[in-house]
Amino acid sequence: MKISKLFTALLLVAVLLSACKTAATEAPTTVPPTQPPAPVATDVPAPTDVPVQPVEIRFTYYADGVEADVIKPLIDKFMADNPGITVILDVVPYKTIDEQLPVQVDSGEGPDMARITNFGAYAGKLLDLRSYLADSAYYEANFPAPILSALGYGGYPDALTVTGPFVNKTLFDQAGVEIPGEGTTWEEWTALAKQVAEATGVQYAISIDRTGHRFAGPAMSMGATLINAESNFTVDTPGFRSFAEIVKGWHDNALTPQEVWLGAEPVNSCIAAFKSGQLVMCMSGSWQINGLAKDVGDAFDWVVVPNPTGAGGSTGIAGGSAVVAFAGTQHPQEVAKLIAFLIQAENYAAFSAGTSSLPAHTGVAEAGVAFNTDNPMVLAALSAYTAEVPKLTDQAVSLNVHPYAFAYYRNSANRIAQYLSGELTLDEMLVNLQQDIDNAIAEAQK
Amino acid sequence: MFVQPGIKRARNALEAALSGLYDLVISLLDLIFGTLQRLIGVRGMPYIFVLPNLLIFGIFILLPMLLNFVYAFTGGASFTPFDRPWVGTANFDRLMDCTNYLEPRTCGEDLFWRAVYNTLGYVVIQVALMVLFALVTALILNRSIKARGFFRSVFFYPVLLSPIVVALIWKWILQENGLLNGILTGLGYEKIPFLVNAQWAQFLVIMISVWAFMGFYMLILLAGLQSIPADLYEAASMDGANHWQSFSKITMPLLMPTMVVVLVLSLIRAFQVFDIVFAFTGGGPGTATLYLVQYIYNYGFSSPNKQFGLAAAASLLMGGVLVVLTVIQLVVRREEN
Repeated sequence: MKISKLFTALLLVAVLLSACKTAATEAPTTVPPTQPPAPVATDVPAPTDVPVQPVEIRFTYYADGVEADVIKPLIDKFMADNPGITVILDVVPYKTIDEQLPVQVDSGEGPDMARITNFGAYAGKLLDLRSYLADSAYYEANFPAPILSALGYGGYPDALTVTGPFVNKTLFDQAGVEIPGEGTTWEEWTALAKQVAEATGVQYAISIDRTGHRFAGPAMSMGATLINAESNFTVDTPGFRSFAEIVKGWHDNALTPQEVWLGAEPVNSCIAAFKSGQLVMCMSGSWQINGLAKDVGDAFDWVVVPNPTGAGGSTGIAGGSAVVAFAGTQHPQEVAKLIAFLIQAENYAAFSAGTSSLPAHTGVAEAGVAFNTDNPMVLAALSAYTAEVPKLTDQAVSLNVHPYAFAYYRNSANRIAQYLSGELTLDEMLVNLQQDIDNAIAEAQK
Repeated sequence: MFVQPGIKRARNALEAALSGLYDLVISLLDLIFGTLQRLIGVRGMPYIFVLPNLLIFGIFILLPMLLNFVYAFTGGASFTPFDRPWVGTANFDRLMDCTNYLEPRTCGEDLFWRAVYNTLGYVVIQVALMVLFALVTALILNRSIKARGFFRSVFFYPVLLSPIVVALIWKWILQENGLLNGILTGLGYEKIPFLVNAQWAQFLVIMISVWAFMGFYMLILLAGLQSIPADLYEAASMDGANHWQSFSKITMPLLMPTMVVVLVLSLIRAFQVFDIVFAFTGGGPGTATLYLVQYIYNYGFSSPNKQFGLAAAASLLMGGVLVVLTVIQLVVRREEN
C-alpha cells in the first residue's frame, strides 16, 4: 500500500509538473498562429518593423431607445478601418451614467469615452480634443459654440433634444374634441385633457416627467426667471409658483398618475402611462419618439403639440446627450480618431437618421436628415419638435449647459414632490429648494 | 456483497490517489509553515494565521472607516480625499443647525431631521411588532402542532429572499395598477393609494420588513424556548399553574436573555433599514419613508448633487447610535455569562 501511495504521489507530482510545463509553453501561443514570426532583431530596426500595439478604448454608453444598436455598426466600421484599435462599447443603464460614472472618473477608474447628459459633472475632467483632432476647425465649426464650451471641447453633442408634450390623438378623436394648436395655456390644456379623460373613461388626464428639467419649460413659459442675469438660479418667481400650483392641482384632483412624482423613482417619466393608453397628455421630450413608435405601434395615434403658452412665452428646454472623451484616457490620439470619425457628416447623419433624433451638427442639420422611418407619426413628431427649436428662450437654452444645472435638477424634483405630497407648503418648498441649490453650488465650489 | 474486481481495483486506485494527494498537500503545508516557524519563531505564528483576516478587515472595514472620518471633516465635491479642503466641524454644524430640534422644518438640513424622526418612528414600531410577532410565532411553533416543520419553513422562507426581491414583489402587488388594486377594482371597490399615501406607505414598509425578517428572530426565540427544561412545566402543572402562569413565571423569565439579544439585534437592523424601503417606496411619497441610511446614500452615492462630507458626517452620527446599541448588547451578554 505504501508503495502504491508513493507511486500515486509521484504520479501526481509528474502530472502537476507537466501541467505547469504545458501552461508555460502555452502562453506565447496566444499569438495567432497565422501571424508571421517576430522579426529577427537587427542593429537598427526600421520603424515599420515595430509591431503596432493594439489599443483598447472603453466606451460607456447608455440608450433611451435604439441608439446603441445604431452606433454599433458605425463603431464596427471604424474598427475595420483601424485594425489596431478595439472599441469596447459598454451599454449601461442611464442610472449608471447618472450616479456611478462621475465617481469612476473622479477616482481615475473611468472609461476612455462615454455618452453623458450631465455636462457640469465633468468640468475640467474632459480631454480638450482640439489639440488631438486632425481637423479641429471642422469640429468647432459644426457644433454650437455654447455646447462645446460647456463640454470644455471634450466631446460633441450627438443629439439635440427639446421638451414638449405628447397627446393621445385617438382619445381626442373619440371624445370629439379638437386638438388645440399654438397659444393654448396650461390651464386650458388641463381642462381639455380632463374633458377627454372623462369622455373616454381613461384613468388619467395629464402628467409631466418627474425631473426639474421637464418642469423648467412650463415654469419658464409661465414667466419663471429660473436663471437670472448673473447666471444664478432663482426659484421663487411667479411663473415657477404658478406651474407648481397647476401640477399640485393635477394631484389633488386625481388627474395624474401619482406614482410618477410620488413613487419610488427619483427620475421618472409619464411616458409609460402614456404608452399604456391610460393618459391623455404627457409632458416629456423628443428622445421618447422612438420608444413610443416601437411600443405603441398602431394601438393608438399620438402627436406632439406645441409647448403651452404663458406670460413667458412658449418654450421647451433644450438638452441632449454628448459623446465625450475623458482627460484620464491613456489613448488620446485613438479616442480623438474615433470622435473625428463619428462627427463626419455621413456618420453623424446615419446616427441621427437611425435614432430619429434632431441633429446638433449644423452641417447635417442644414443638409437635412433622411430619417430611417416612414412612420407618419414619427415624422410629424420630429417636425413638431424641430418647430420648437426657434421658440426656445435664452434661459431655456442655457439651463442644460449651466455648470451647476445638476444642483437644480434633482433637488427641484425632490422638493416639488414634497410639496405635491402635502409635506411642505409652496413657500416652504421654494425656500428649501433655493437653499438646497445654494448649498450644492457652494459645496461644489470649495 | 459481491463487488466486481474491476470496480474494486478502480476504487482502490481512487483511494490511493486521494490519499497521495492528501499527503502531498500536508507535505507542502508542512514545508511552508515549518520554514515560517523557523524564521519567525513559534510566538510569531499566530500572527501569520490571523494575517489574511486582518488584511481583509483592514482593507474593507478599517480603511473605509478612517476615510469616512476624513470625508466628514472635509468639504467640496471631489471624491479624492487629498483634493478635499479641511472644513473642521462645518458638516456637523450644518446637520445640527436647528431652531427647534423637534420640528424638522426649522432645521437647516431639514431632510436629515426628517430622516432621523422617520427612523426613530420606524425603529420603535417595527421592533415592537417584530419581537411580538416573532415571539407569538415561536410559541405556536414550539407546541406539538401538525406540520410543525412545514410551518417553521414557511415562516423562515422570506429570510432567504433578497430584500430587493421582497420589495419588488410587494411593489407589484401594491402599486397603483398592481395586483391588489386590480382585485379591488374587479370587485367594484375604489383603488387604494398604497404607495403614494404617506400613512399607507409608512405602515406597509413596517409590515413588509416584519414579514421579511421575522423568521430569523423567530428561530432564535424558538431555540431559546426549546432550551427551557420541560420538567419545569411538568412541576408547575402538578402545582396547579395554568397556561398564563406557566408563561409568565417560567417561559418569560427564562426566555428573557434570548429576548434581549433579539431586541438588540432587531434594533440595530432597524436603524440600518435601507434596501427594502429604497426599492419599495424610494423614501417617498415626499420624504414619508426617508430613513437615515437612505439620506446618507442620497448624498454620498445616488444624487448627481453629491456632498460626501455631509453624508460622512451623518453616517458618523448614526454610527455613534449603533455603537451605543452594540455596547448594550455586549453588556447584556456579559451579564448573562
